[in-house]
Amino acid sequence: MQRSPLVFALQLLVTLLAAAFLVVPALTSILAGLTVNYFQGVRSGLTLDWVAQVWGLYAPTILRSIVLALGTLAVTLVIGVPAAWALARKPGRMSRLVEEVVTLPVAIPGLALALALILAYGGIREFRASILFILVGHVLYTLPFMLRSVMAVLAAVDVRTLEEGAASLGASPWQRFIQVVVPNARPGILAGALMVVTLSIGEFNLTWMLHTPLTQTLPVGLADSYASMRLEIASAYTLVFFIMIVPLLIAIQMMGGERAAKTRK
Amino acid sequence: MSNNHTPGAAITLVGCAKTFADGTRALEPLDLAIAPGETLVLLGPSGCGKTTTLRIIAGLESPDAGGKVLFDGADVTRLPIEKRNVGMVFQSYALFPNMSVVENVAYGLRVRGVAKAERLARAGEVLEMMRIDALADRRIDQLSGGQRQRVALARALAVRPRVILLDEPLTALDAALREHLRAEIDGLLRRLAITAIYVTHDQAEALALGDRIVVMRHGAIAQIGTPREIYFRPADDFVAGFVGVTNRLEGAVRGGRFETAAGALAVEAADRAAATLAFRPETAQLCVAAGSGLRFRVDQVHFQGARQRVLLSAADGSRIVLEAAAEVVLSAGDEVGIALDPSRIALV
Ligand SMILES: Nc1ncnc2c1ncn2[C@@H]1O[C@H](COP(=O)(O)OP(=O)(O)O)[C@@H](O)[C@H]1O
Ligand SMILES: [Mg+2]
Repeated sequence: MQRSPLVFALQLLVTLLAAAFLVVPALTSILAGLTVNYFQGVRSGLTLDWVAQVWGLYAPTILRSIVLALGTLAVTLVIGVPAAWALARKPGRMSRLVEEVVTLPVAIPGLALALALILAYGGIREFRASILFILVGHVLYTLPFMLRSVMAVLAAVDVRTLEEGAASLGASPWQRFIQVVVPNARPGILAGALMVVTLSIGEFNLTWMLHTPLTQTLPVGLADSYASMRLEIASAYTLVFFIMIVPLLIAIQMMGGERAAKTRK
Repeated sequence: MSNNHTPGAAITLVGCAKTFADGTRALEPLDLAIAPGETLVLLGPSGCGKTTTLRIIAGLESPDAGGKVLFDGADVTRLPIEKRNVGMVFQSYALFPNMSVVENVAYGLRVRGVAKAERLARAGEVLEMMRIDALADRRIDQLSGGQRQRVALARALAVRPRVILLDEPLTALDAALREHLRAEIDGLLRRLAITAIYVTHDQAEALALGDRIVVMRHGAIAQIGTPREIYFRPADDFVAGFVGVTNRLEGAVRGGRFETAAGALAVEAADRAAATLAFRPETAQLCVAAGSGLRFRVDQVHFQGARQRVLLSAADGSRIVLEAAAEVVLSAGDEVGIALDPSRIALV
């Protein structure tokens, strides 16, 4: 299709404006976390003091978030990969139903999910007070992403036939899973893992309901700092959050691009 | 490897029917006996139940209640595929993308616990036998269709199975390569004396490869026989039509002669008011000189190089097709006679 230069220039302008609209607040916020006094502006000088203070105040929440994300990842791997395999082997009404049920937590608001968890298990004191309580919420919320990501790859490589091939050569179900299913599901497992970690680190709704003062996570701490600290510290906290989450997002982007390139080949 | 492989198994199916969970009746109760070392071809149109039969033998599907699968007389109906020691070549090849060619071929030995050095050496031997040892370290996605086909066959043979099952192994390849590989597979199966079951919808492949052919239709056996029996003495119209072109002439048998609009022909048969004479295009001899038994008029001539295909019609308008040597010069409207070899005609 022939595109006139004028149309192209207009399209470019609109795109750049939209991008700027999104990026400017982020940059402003980051800058605020680095300036000595936000109200006096950059003229007051740049500093890393606020970031250091954030670390002093909130290091435990940041570490807790990392532990929580890795724990969520471990659980979604252990449950999600075998489950995806089981569903890919027997496509049918039953497996579609299971998929729908597992996906439900994505569709209902995190607050409602959290309330349901508190109503059901909140009575168990030790559980309610531990980080495990939040972990369960995060697993419920992120599992469908792992499941779907792995299932898509398994369907694309026709894992059922591959498994039949392995079985015909004498491989037991366990050997088939470890030697054929998992290696061929790897792109889906990686993409799912990045997704799970990113979602877990950034999750606020559900976590805010489930947390106790002793089980604050990074986004909950963020809310706390917005509510009770000076603006510069809150902004520095945003900066810390960006530093943690942006590499993950870039990795997800790159993996998506790689897979698209492969399927196009 | 050809000197110490496991001898081929005898395989028996008893009353094996298959109804899928969705209610599809894929197979009517089926009985089949395959001799050790035999190459049996399952031939039939798409959807007639060839793959289902193969998968029941493999252990990938179980027959409906009452059906039984026996290997050398032992009931293996409840045995999963990984315990049956069958080699299988899938239509899509099912090669493992996460492994190299040699790792694919060695995989069956790996799950049997053969040490790495030995299994790679043995896989190497099989690759050599298939003349693809140069591809050993390639990734699967770097192979052509024909190469994949060879790797799939090598992988299935490397575990020295008692039976090899091939599901349309050549269908995905182009015609020239198909013919080449067909000859190669034929030689290999005979040399290894392994029991082989070969599924195809291609009659040329079936006739060339099979010790016996099972022609299937709608989940049931239409005819079992040697390629010659199937070709020259088809049991019914379906088999005759599926295995190439057949000419048919309507008429009657009187006093040892088959009488039809085109003339009369001596046959060994009892008198019958209505009979059909069936024969293949290449079994009839064209005689330009007048006087022979059956007379036709030439409608069309298609020159094909070494041979020519001639379309003829009789006085009553019934049409037949013939193959003749290319040297005979014919043109539309000529009157010709044909002579038939009595051993290669069927009167039904
Ligand atoms: N898993 C299945 N579920 C339901 N129907 C099936 C299944 N597999 C095959 N069929 C049906 O069974 C019949 C025979 O199939 P198949 O054995 O694959 O035929 P062929 O290999 O001769 O083409 C077809 O009608 C097919 O649609
Ligand atoms: Mg088939």
